Formats: sequence, C-alpha cells, structure tokens
Amino acid sequence: MTDFYDAIVVGAGHNGLVCSAILAKAGKNVLVLEANQQVGGAAVTREFAEGYSVSACAHLLYQLQPEVRRELGLSPQMATEHMSTIVLAADGKHLRLHGDKAQGVSEEDAAQYRDFRKRMKRFAKLLRKYLNRPPPRLGTKDWQDLGTLAQLGLDVRMLGKEEMREFLRLIGMNIFDEVTERFASPLLRGAVSLDAVLGTHLGPRSPNTIMTYLYRLAGDNGRLAVPRRGMGSVTELLGHAARSAGADIRTATPVRRIIVENGRVTGVETARGERFNSYTVISNADPKRTINQLVGTQHVETGFARRIHHLRASGNAAKLHLALDGLPSFAGLDKKDMGERIVIAGDEHYVERAFNPAKYGEYSAAPVVEMTFPSFRDETLAPTGKHVMSAVVQYAPHGLKGGWDDDAKTEFENVVIDTIARYAPDIAGRVTASELLTPADIEREFHITGGHWHHAELTLDQFLFVRPVAGAAQYAMPLDGLYLCGAGAHPGGGVSGAAGRNAARSILKREKAA
Amino acid sequence: MKPGPVHQGRLKSPFYSRLSSLDTVNEWHQWKGYSSANLLFCSDVEYFAIRNATAVFDITPMTKYRISGPDSLAYVNRLVTRDMEKIRPGRVAYAVWCDDHGQVIDDGTIFHLRDGEYRLCSQERHFAWLNDCAIGMDVEIRHETEEVAALAVQGPTSFSVLRNMGLEGIETLKPFGLTYFDFHGSELMVSRTGFTGDLGYELWIEPDKAEALWDALFAAGELHGIRAIGTEALEMSRIEAGFLAAYHEFLPADETVRTGRSRSPLELGLEWLVDFKKPNFNGRRALAEEKRRGSTWRLVKLDIEGNKPAHNSYVFAREKNNKGNIGFITSAIWSPVCKQNIALGSVRMPHGAPGTHVWVEIYYQREMHWSRKMAKATVVDKPFWFPARRGATPPGPY
Repeated sequence: MTDFYDAIVVGAGHNGLVCSAILAKAGKNVLVLEANQQVGGAAVTREFAEGYSVSACAHLLYQLQPEVRRELGLSPQMATEHMSTIVLAADGKHLRLHGDKAQGVSEEDAAQYRDFRKRMKRFAKLLRKYLNRPPPRLGTKDWQDLGTLAQLGLDVRMLGKEEMREFLRLIGMNIFDEVTERFASPLLRGAVSLDAVLGTHLGPRSPNTIMTYLYRLAGDNGRLAVPRRGMGSVTELLGHAARSAGADIRTATPVRRIIVENGRVTGVETARGERFNSYTVISNADPKRTINQLVGTQHVETGFARRIHHLRASGNAAKLHLALDGLPSFAGLDKKDMGERIVIAGDEHYVERAFNPAKYGEYSAAPVVEMTFPSFRDETLAPTGKHVMSAVVQYAPHGLKGGWDDDAKTEFENVVIDTIARYAPDIAGRVTASELLTPADIEREFHITGGHWHHAELTLDQFLFVRPVAGAAQYAMPLDGLYLCGAGAHPGGGVSGAAGRNAARSILKREKAA
Repeated sequence: MKPGPVHQGRLKSPFYSRLSSLDTVNEWHQWKGYSSANLLFCSDVEYFAIRNATAVFDITPMTKYRISGPDSLAYVNRLVTRDMEKIRPGRVAYAVWCDDHGQVIDDGTIFHLRDGEYRLCSQERHFAWLNDCAIGMDVEIRHETEEVAALAVQGPTSFSVLRNMGLEGIETLKPFGLTYFDFHGSELMVSRTGFTGDLGYELWIEPDKAEALWDALFAAGELHGIRAIGTEALEMSRIEAGFLAAYHEFLPADETVRTGRSRSPLELGLEWLVDFKKPNFNGRRALAEEKRRGSTWRLVKLDIEGNKPAHNSYVFAREKNNKGNIGFITSAIWSPVCKQNIALGSVRMPHGAPGTHVWVEIYYQREMHWSRKMAKATVVDKPFWFPARRGATPPGPY
C-alpha cells in the first residue's frame, strides 16, 4: 500500500513538527498534513501589509524547551535576547525589569522582587521537569506512573519544609494577593499581574494565576527573546528538521476528517477527498476540533465527549500589528528602549478592571498591552526606515457580544491605539496599515477552536493529570490509534515543543511495550 | 414558551381517582414524584391476580423519554450495549446502558414506536446523561413521563381481557411487540411487555383518556378476575421472573461514590445484551477489557432450602466457613407459585457457577428472639418462573 504511513500528524504547528521530527528520527514513516500554506500553525511570520511582516500570533520566544533544541539540533537565530520589560508610567517614570532586577522602584521592592523571582524560579524548575514528561495517571498500578508520582511527591518534599509549604500554598493562589502582599510599587504589581494572565481568560484575581506565572517561567526562566525574521523562522527550522529526518510534510492540505472504522482510527481524509491510511493519527489540532469535528463524537464514549464539550477554551487575547512610517516616541524612553518589551499595566487593579468586561462578552475599554517593535533589531520585517509593532492586547473575548464584525474590530483597534497614544501621542499619525487578529480571527485563520493560545484554558482543573481531560492525559485518546500532540495536551501552549516531544516519546514507548 | 407553575408535593397519576376508590389500606409511597400504592387491599391476593387472573398496575410514574431525529438509531446504538439495528419499528428491546467505565447506569426498555422514533423507559431519571450522549448528534430527547398514562395489564387472563375490550388483532401481538389501536378517538398503544415474567401487556395513552381506559378495561375484565395491584405484589413477581431492579441488584453507576460498588452488565448476567460487534458504544472499551481479564462479580439466582426468605443475607462458599463471605443476597422471597425459597444475589467470581452450591446465612426472628440458619442453595440459570403462555402467540384464552 503506497498511502500507508506509520503515523499521520494532522497540523504542522510547532508541536506537530516536533512530534513528527522525533518520530521520523526514530525511523517512522510520517506524513504531516497542514491546512495553511506554510508550516508553523500559529507560530508563523506573515506579511500583513506590503513590505511589513510580523509574527502572526506568538511573538516572543521564552519557552522553547532545551530538550527540544538539543534533540532536534535547533539553533534559531535571535534578533533580541534577554529583553527587558518596560512598564509604562503616566508620569514617564517607567519601571524596568531585567531578569531578577527591578529598576525604578524602592530598594525594598527591588529586594522583594529578587526574593519573589528566586522562589518562583525554584518552583518553575520543578515544574519544568514535569512539563517534559507525560503526566502520571492517577489510580493505576502502572509502575512508571507510580514512579513519576512518587518522584513528584519527593521533589516537592525536597524543596524543604518551608518552601514545600509555600509551593502548596501558592500553586492554587491568585497573583493579585501575592503582588499586593509583596510589592508597594503599582507598576511592579501590574507587570507581574500581566505576566500571570497573558494569553488566558483569567484576571489577576482568578485562581491559580500563580501557576500560570510559573508556567511562563518554566521554559527559559522567563528570559524573553525575539527570533530573527519572526517566529516563522523557528518553525521553518522545525519543518526542516522534520523533513530532513524523513517526514513528508504537505501544506495547503486541510484534513476533513479522521477516519474511524470498527472502533479504531485508520487514517484521514483531506478536504480534497484524498485518503491516507495509518493506524496512528496524531492530532496537533485542539481537543475540541479533534474530537467534535475531525473524529465525530459518535465515535467516542459519552463521558469523554462530555468532558471535551465542557473544556474551557475561549480565547481572550488579540494581536494588533501596525505598520509605522517611523518609531513612535514614548515620553521618558530612549530610542534604544524600542528593542525591549513595553507593557501597559498600570497596576494590578488596571489589569483586573481590563478583565472585568471580558467576563460579560465585552472588550476592555482600557486594555493591557504587551508591545514589541521587532523591526528595531530586524531589518527583514519592514522597509528601511519603517517599522512594525507587534502587540498582544487583552482582553478581547472570543465570544464578543454581537460578534467581531468590522465595526467592532475598528472600534477596538482605536481603543488600543488611543491607549498606547497616552504614552506615545504620535503613534496614531505614524500608522500606515494595521491588522487586528481577535480570537475569532485566530480561530478562523489558525483553526484553533476559541482562538485560545493554549488550546484549552491553563487552569489547575485542566492541567497535568487532567489535561485536556481526565482519562486522556497521556496523549492517547480513548479511541484506538488517536493521539493528541498540541497545546491542548500536557503541558499546554507557548512555543515550547514540550507537548509534541512528550507525545512522540509516549507513542514510541507504547509501541515498544506492545 | 411561558413556564408554568412548578408543581410541588406529590403528583397524582391520571389513574389516581380509580386507584384511590379501590384503596382500602391507604399505604402509599413516592415513586419519582408520584404517589404509588404499596398495596390496595392485600398483597398476597394481588400477587395471585398476577399469576392466576389479571393484575393492573399503574406505571405512569415510570420515567419515559422520547428520542427522535435523523440520528436516533445511531444515538440509541451508542447509548446502549446491545445492537439496536435489529430492533425494527414495532418492536421493544430490553437494554442496559453504561458509563465510560462499562458500569451500569440503568436498565430499561426501548420502544421503537415508528421508524426512527423511540421511547426509552427506565426506573431512574437520566435526562442529563441522555443529553450528554446526544452531543454532536442530530437527535431530540424529550422527557414525556407526564404526557403518557400507562398501565401494566399482566396475568394469564390478560389476553382475554384485552380481546373483550375490543382490541381486534391483539392475538397476533408477539412478545416484545407493540401495536396501535383507536380508543375513543385517541391512539392507544399496546405492547406485549411487563415486569412480571408472565403473559402480559402494557397500555399507553394520553392522560385525558386514562380514566375511560381504566373503566373500559375493568368492565372487560370483570369476569376474568381483574384486580388493581400495588408495588408489593409486583416486586414478588419481579423476583420470580429473575428481573433486575436498580438499588437492589445494582446501584446506578452515577450514584455510587465508592469504587467497586457499581456493576457491569457482565456482572449482572447480561452478557447477551452486550454486542462487541458494534464498533462503539458507551462502555465498550472497558467491557472488552473486563471480558479479557475476567469480572469481579456474578449475579446468581438461588434456590435455597427451607422456607425462610434470605433477606439481606451473606453468601458463603461452604457451610462451616465463616472466614469470609463470597457475596450477599440482593432480593429474596418465598415464591408462592414456585413453592421455592428463591433469591437473587451478587457473589464474587469464580463462585456461583450455575449448578454449584453455596451457603446462605439466614437470620429470622421468632417471638422476639433471633435464630440463625446456614441454608444450602443451588445456583440456577433459568428464571424461577417462565410459563409457556408468556411466549405463546396467540396466547391461550384462559
């Protein structure tokens, strides 16, 4: 049979590419089918106006796991590394965060921040270990699961009595309480709150936002980098790694359905009607799309279908891309600061208030913004002398009341530009073109249900042993031959490659055991 | 649609006026919100109406759902363990449904009313589960318990009663068949189903015609010993027939808290209802695994020596072995019609193979003092009561 593969990966997002590269390296005959024209999923660089390109969704690289880099021999070229974060202040006395250092705050705050970061990094290190392996199942007698569980318990215990207690206290807590307890500086409180909620449908007062903060640190200790030529260059490298390992990657080939025959997966059918056969189909799509649309709920059991149905996966982060005829001038910032990450998060209340309307299907009237001007250090992204801005803007709920029509998008874009203009009044006059990607656009263009960064909300009830849902946390879905390798699987989203790597490894391990 | 007032307190079945006028003892219990009679006069007399004449039992409170829509067949096939493709319109299927772990949620009957339209009847309410099962399917689930009045008409003379009532062609209705008649301008559905293990029918009609149906039925049955009965008599006949009851032989899986307290169909003697040839149904993976590895429990039908019913008894492998029981009795009676001391029970595998013996520890009270007796019991595999008339078409005119 010519069209029979050892494995078919549906979707060439970064996790799909990592997964297929590892499987191909292990000698598997792997086919990767991608709906879009280029590989990378939501980690791509796209031209949004003539001559202006930008990372379409993810724009900062901070989570790519060292294991993935090492095993696939990746060394992406960086335009900027170790970025600082500048938190804008209305009076121009901005706060700067670089690593564990906070500048522009009292000495006591700076000491508190160092202490906070030290502890968070210690916990993040523990978390990182478990992000890079399949989570153990609970209630089984499998020695490997029991071993991992015992190891997890031991690792938590080895933090020491005090730190263990702190870990257990903090892991389910909200960031709001922690920042108000620790810091006096409103900007510092706002910045840490922002980092805890970026990309989620959570506000600083929402439970487990300390866990989401830790998750952010669990890649590269929160060190931020911008790849040269945007995020697409990283996934191009991944695509190259997969291809050179022997994977057959076909773009512009959307999969219509995953074929189930006699209770097991037997292949996929593309939108063009071609059929490819394999007893192992690995979906890089989100869990809801995978089960509800590609497989069909009638092929799985009711309890599982119900859990997938109830999965919370409603995105709340928009991307705004601006083509600028010159760099805007921010009061109190030097030109060199334009290579850093600039955020608007006045204090923890500002972030929480931005979240409030999103609960009721409205966008923030005063949004939180994470800006970068990647063209500042990367001339490939804009014509000479011109620039691009790439910003994550929250909150813009996927299920906006009345829907994201052109009017709503224009209004929200104006709200964001006005918000930035309070610090850089000339920005509006410099805009020559723009692109706003709401979660609804992200859903449509990148085929992510709900347009959520993490495919499924990153909360404790959808984390680790129960990600995406109970009974399906080890990449194998309860349907023979079906696997999940995307952000919806453990550990979650972000350009980390962990889910793809874990999935590939657990598929290879199962095969060995069989 | 404007929501009506929420009914509070017990519901009265559309047959309540007739039942209460026959009632002499005023012993009622609650059955899914309805008042239901334990007995109306004397449960022994009512029991013998089931076995020797015609008994009428109000089954209106039984939970009923209407399932319709283009995917209804695929839906019921995913819901239950047996192959519903084989159940043609006009047929009724006894079925059991499980959760993802292959544990029984409930059992009941599914009526294939018309092509692609089903009625599911069960003891418990399952609206949430039924709707979850419909995720991604084009199917409508409607709770219709209160929209349908229903009577079980059971016993050897039941056929004659219905024929007297003027139901032309009722003699051709086979067991587990259903058919329709006109009754005073309304549709009367009659199915040859029941919970007594005897010849019997169930009658289904809109609530407005309930009293007229009752009156016509009792007029037709006057010379055939027709009698309204309560739950106690029905329960005796249910055990004789070897039928399962939720909260006796199994606990609905969604009600259990402790692991190991639910049962799979394989553990309830219902393997014949599990069709592994179907590619997917709720619980399939778990049941296939159970079949491969072996079950933990087995449902047994016991013929016990003596005449003391083995209520709530432990079951032992040997007479003098009190080290540990192998299971327990779930339902027990002295069967008047079989003249046997019978019981249903749940025992641990590999105990309880048909034809083998187990020991039942029976406690009984005589003038305040308790006595204990180890009674030998034989495991049987056929129902205790299965008269030829139950399966005969046409049934005899008793």
